[in-house]
Amino acid sequence: MVREEESQIISALRAGDEAAFMRLVESYQGSLVRVAAMIIGDAEVAQEVVQETWIAVLKALPTFEGRSSLKTWIFTILMNRARTAARREGRYVGLVLETDESGDDQHTVASDRFHPAHTGVEAHGWVTPPRSWEEMPEQVFLSGEVRRLIHSTIDALPQQQREVITLRDVEGVGAEEACNILGVSESNQRVLLHRARSKVRRALEAYLGE
Amino acid sequence: MDEVRMPTCEEMVEFVTDYLEGTLPEADRLGFEAHLRLCVGCQHYLDQMRRTVTVTGALADETQDAISREALLMVYRAWLKERDSS
Repeated sequence: MVREEESQIISALRAGDEAAFMRLVESYQGSLVRVAAMIIGDAEVAQEVVQETWIAVLKALPTFEGRSSLKTWIFTILMNRARTAARREGRYVGLVLETDESGDDQHTVASDRFHPAHTGVEAHGWVTPPRSWEEMPEQVFLSGEVRRLIHSTIDALPQQQREVITLRDVEGVGAEEACNILGVSESNQRVLLHRARSKVRRALEAYLGE
Repeated sequence: MDEVRMPTCEEMVEFVTDYLEGTLPEADRLGFEAHLRLCVGCQHYLDQMRRTVTVTGALADETQDAISREALLMVYRAWLKERDSS
């Protein structure tokens, strides 16, 4: 949505235009529900959180200054509420620094996939190189099983990694916008994305066979 | 420009997200691409990461959105009413 469109929507909302509100709802609702469900891990609670988000958006609308885009602002409100709900559901352990290696023992790729340092020319090279996925039938990647596998892998990620991959790779939000929504630095965001993506790839590779 | 150094496969897998994000410094990017031209394993790895991103994006085809639009419209009407009465 372009800035100009956004300011039109905001004036329409302030003027009591019901159709404008419903158009705004339709623009983001699917995405909001998916993000909330991913963060909280409970579809029903997610719906409640999204409904509360719309109430909060309207309540805060008079104070919206347009320093961020309307979309970023709505998603920030959602994210705060989803985190609170996730914590309530016993899911969110608080602001731990997940860029720290502790409690996150998964390597990007298992270290035994590479020749050890003392092996001369082969050192740090692939023992068994990754297979090509290009020859695999497309349907494999579109199957319900793969979908569930990715879903459960994301579900098992540390909270911050789950937030980043959900916004970036599921919803297709850009890097800068994701940083603004999540309140993380760009470099931190990239580290979290790298960890999350690497784990999803590993899960796919384990499923498809090395 | 910094000297271009060819990374190992083990380093390549750590560079891959920065490479896809376009945030790898020039010298590292050149090293990454030089390695890639010579290493089928890392080519496959990069393709696998690209594919992982695409397949993850397919999760967005589904939504469990079951919130009634009528209820949301009520939310909006209630907001208008409260605002106009205060």
